[in-house]
Amino acid sequence: MHNSTLAKLSGELGAKKVSAVEVARYYLGRIASAKALNAFITVDEEKTLVLAKAADARIAKGDAAPLTGIPIAHKDLFCADGWRTTCGSKILENFVAPYDAHVIGQFKRAGAVILGKTNMDEFAMGSSNENSHFGPVKNPWDTAAVPGGSSGGSATAVAARLAPAATGTDTGGSIRQPASFTGVCGLRPTYGRVSRYGMVAFASSLDQGGALAKTALDLALMLEVMAGFDERDSTCMDRPVERYSTMLEGGVKGLRIGLPREYFNKDLAPDVAAPIRAAIDELVKRGATTVEVTLPNQHLSVPVYYVLAPAEASSNLSRFDGVRYGFRAQGYADLADMYRKTRAQGFGAEVKRRIMVGTYVLSHGYYDAYYLQAQKIRRLIARDFAEAFAKCDVIAGPAAPSVAFDLGVKAADPVQMYLEDLYTVPVNLAGLPGMSVPCGFGAKGRPVGMQLIGNYWSEALMLRVAHAYQQVTDWHAKGPKDWS
Amino acid sequence: MLSLDQIAKIAELARLELSATDAAALQQELNGILAMVDRMQAVDTRAIEPMSHPQQAMQRLREDRVTERDQREKHQAIAPATEDGLYLVPKVIE
Repeated sequence: MHNSTLAKLSGELGAKKVSAVEVARYYLGRIASAKALNAFITVDEEKTLVLAKAADARIAKGDAAPLTGIPIAHKDLFCADGWRTTCGSKILENFVAPYDAHVIGQFKRAGAVILGKTNMDEFAMGSSNENSHFGPVKNPWDTAAVPGGSSGGSATAVAARLAPAATGTDTGGSIRQPASFTGVCGLRPTYGRVSRYGMVAFASSLDQGGALAKTALDLALMLEVMAGFDERDSTCMDRPVERYSTMLEGGVKGLRIGLPREYFNKDLAPDVAAPIRAAIDELVKRGATTVEVTLPNQHLSVPVYYVLAPAEASSNLSRFDGVRYGFRAQGYADLADMYRKTRAQGFGAEVKRRIMVGTYVLSHGYYDAYYLQAQKIRRLIARDFAEAFAKCDVIAGPAAPSVAFDLGVKAADPVQMYLEDLYTVPVNLAGLPGMSVPCGFGAKGRPVGMQLIGNYWSEALMLRVAHAYQQVTDWHAKGPKDWS
Repeated sequence: MLSLDQIAKIAELARLELSATDAAALQQELNGILAMVDRMQAVDTRAIEPMSHPQQAMQRLREDRVTERDQREKHQAIAPATEDGLYLVPKVIE
């Protein structure tokens, strides 16, 4: 069962070949046997089975939707009523959400089952999942390697077949990079496509919820449920949701694929470049054409991102003060001391670092040189994409400069870790949709993903390209040997 | 380059207690990050409008009426300290 796609499992549930309770129990069993991967922060068998029983009742009544009875793992920053929602942080270690995020509500309406809450870098700040208060997640392809971050738990859960699909969020690459590192498909939709109500905020002009699964079809089925207007998120756009899963056919004939010069230079490891070039050749063989495009300000993306994201984070995380919810330090002199001690003890090192950077770049006398300058260059980066999309329909390139690196090797140097994000953050700065699609293996047999970048609201086209590729290749069907 | 005094000032603005060891480590890390970020300063952006947000949409307005139910008990059940429906914090005014 664990090698089934979500789409196949959906068919079997609908045909009553298997019950939602059986499926949930099966995956709960796999999760229990995979504790060493540390992919989950919270599993609650009782709550999961209540939802699975309700799904079975709905199937029996004959009003099942495609996701009814499908167990889905959720990144632990989506609030789910009655579920502990930690965001990978000590400050929320005992926070039980009193309401459902919009995304969780949408999955519940669809009859999907909450399988558990996945591990992540604290407050989604990290590219290796080593910044979790609950310990690092291991890459199931090679447990010496990181799974990427920040949605590292969700990526490992899908790769190790502990869940048929998972939610994630992508502020600077947090879906695409772990998807690439673990050999699964990940989609970050256009900014504003999925409501962020109930999703713990990191950097509000960049955050967007998305999904990880084995195939483009599975991602299409996930996005149909997750996307849509929600008035509770003021950045959520009121646009009709397309029937993505019915728009996958049609192939790539005549499609113009843009290859950014800056994505294929010396920064890209040769063992990653080769499978990506081969994947592009495969698309060309199926009728696509390639065109070189240029993103001349791409080299400024990481600096711009590491000003804007910490600035927004320092503001968003000011709500964690030990008053209304979450951790409060013991023993303090007065109110200000309570805030200082609560935050010092409740946040981990990387979160503090970003709060400090953000506070500095927003402070009097430095705002123009850092924050405003970064916002201006952000416009240049967005313009570069607009010019590129005048020449092509979709952009292809790497999601990460190397295959998954070893645990510990970059943890000591924040700047080295930040530079990992050079191919993903431009997409977030522009607000575009992006995907990572498994396309082979590099050094040490570790997975490689091809990144697809689409124009605004072109999720259907991106999914069609990925689907066309998956019809003629089988990289997406390969799993780590101990787990498939 | 940020001095230790500046680090202490930023930490105070951010309401973070720092030990001397934390402050020294953060000084080094922040200076490393700012050196990387300084690549931005070479770009002439005088004619460029800042971009604060990917969508150029206007903020939506809604009717000014109560839409939330009272869920005080549910929401206060997760607070570190409450009394009579109020959040408890250390005394602020003598």
